[in-house]
Amino acid sequence: MAQAKAKKKDLGYLANLTKGFIKENPIFTFMLGLCPALAVTGTVETSLGMGLLVIFVLVSSNVVVSLIKDFIPAEVKIPSYIVIISTFVTMVGLLTEAYAPALFDSLGIFIPLIVVNCLILGRAESYASKNNVLNSAIDGLGMGLGFLGAMVLIGFFREFFSTGAIAYGVYLPLAVEGSIVNLEWYILNIAVLAGPAGGFLVIGLLLGLFNSIAITKRNKKERERQKMIEEKKRLALERKRKKAMESAGGKA
Amino acid sequence: MSWTVFFVAIFSSMLINNVVLMRFLGVCPFIGVSKKTNSAIGMSMAVLFVMVVASLVSYLLYYLVLVPLNIEYVQTIGFILIIASLVQLVEMFIKKVSKKLYKSLGVYLPLITTNCAILGVAVANISEDFADQYGVFPGLAVAVTTAFGAALGFGLIMFAFSTIRERLEAAVIPEAWKGVPISLITAGIMALAFAGLGGIV
Repeated sequence: MAQAKAKKKDLGYLANLTKGFIKENPIFTFMLGLCPALAVTGTVETSLGMGLLVIFVLVSSNVVVSLIKDFIPAEVKIPSYIVIISTFVTMVGLLTEAYAPALFDSLGIFIPLIVVNCLILGRAESYASKNNVLNSAIDGLGMGLGFLGAMVLIGFFREFFSTGAIAYGVYLPLAVEGSIVNLEWYILNIAVLAGPAGGFLVIGLLLGLFNSIAITKRNKKERERQKMIEEKKRLALERKRKKAMESAGGKA
Repeated sequence: MSWTVFFVAIFSSMLINNVVLMRFLGVCPFIGVSKKTNSAIGMSMAVLFVMVVASLVSYLLYYLVLVPLNIEYVQTIGFILIIASLVQLVEMFIKKVSKKLYKSLGVYLPLITTNCAILGVAVANISEDFADQYGVFPGLAVAVTTAFGAALGFGLIMFAFSTIRERLEAAVIPEAWKGVPISLITAGIMALAFAGLGGIV
């Protein structure tokens, strides 16, 4: 009995972790944190770096908010969350400056701006202020991973279609430098995608693509349901007819 | 320091380094509040007011408090607290002074705390070292002018984008692309147009 209960709880944790990946993806379904998603996704590495920073801040602020949620008066809720978040953002900024200076330079103003990333404040307000510490940490990790995945996807499209390669070791301190998937093809040279307009275009195109996939899926499901209903109707009608015929035969 | 400095500051922060299209600040209200021209104008007015005052106060905080005390690293915390309390103060002030203005701006004010354009411009004013270039107080004037230009640029883009979106409502668009996707692509094309202005100043 206890084991079954524990198992059920584990599944709950897993669902809590994975809900941010696709179904509640912060960028593609809630449009939260669009500013960094547009600004620092020029390359896969900067998107990855930004995603990691956001995961760190999100998990830590969720944990702290959920720890002290009972002590914060409701009137100063938002300011206290902002102070907690900006403390972690300051820490993360100083750490990045020390250990990954190239990343710090390329993210620039968007490191302090993690404070006003609506994703983090949103999770603190809507999840961490109502749930226990472990669940809040898992929620932060899952949402952060969903954010990271979306960032890397956008970064991949922008870097791949503008240079034809994915560079590594340029911004993150990996000790090796190089690039993968080197392709020389005239189509993979769309410089626009690396520039400011590229962010808007790539996110817009990806969103449209995801929407059309979702709509096709929904239509397919709808059609299947319609089919099933018709099949059932047909069967019922047949049965009725059979019964009627039988009773008619009995009378005769 | 001549007057051209101010002209260049307004022109470059309004058109060339446009907050929304070139620096990606304040994209959330740009997408969220631009469905109707009226609300776009209301939001832009609120941003104009808060951005100028926030830049002024955060600049003074940085150079008169943080630098003498040698605690520049609390910049982010200090600025966001100032902006949050300023927004609250502005809301109360407007409510007291003009009911009419409060009706038109009041809804947008709480949203401004998490508008990254405000914090972004305040931080950028510090990191661009106006104080080193012109001295602390002339630098303050340049910083405030820059903030004014940035807010004007925000308003310009909000207005243009909201008029485009009103037209888009009536256009025939495939179902999957309705709403945000087509707006983002429109914004991308606008960003391309604005990229053409680069290099004027």
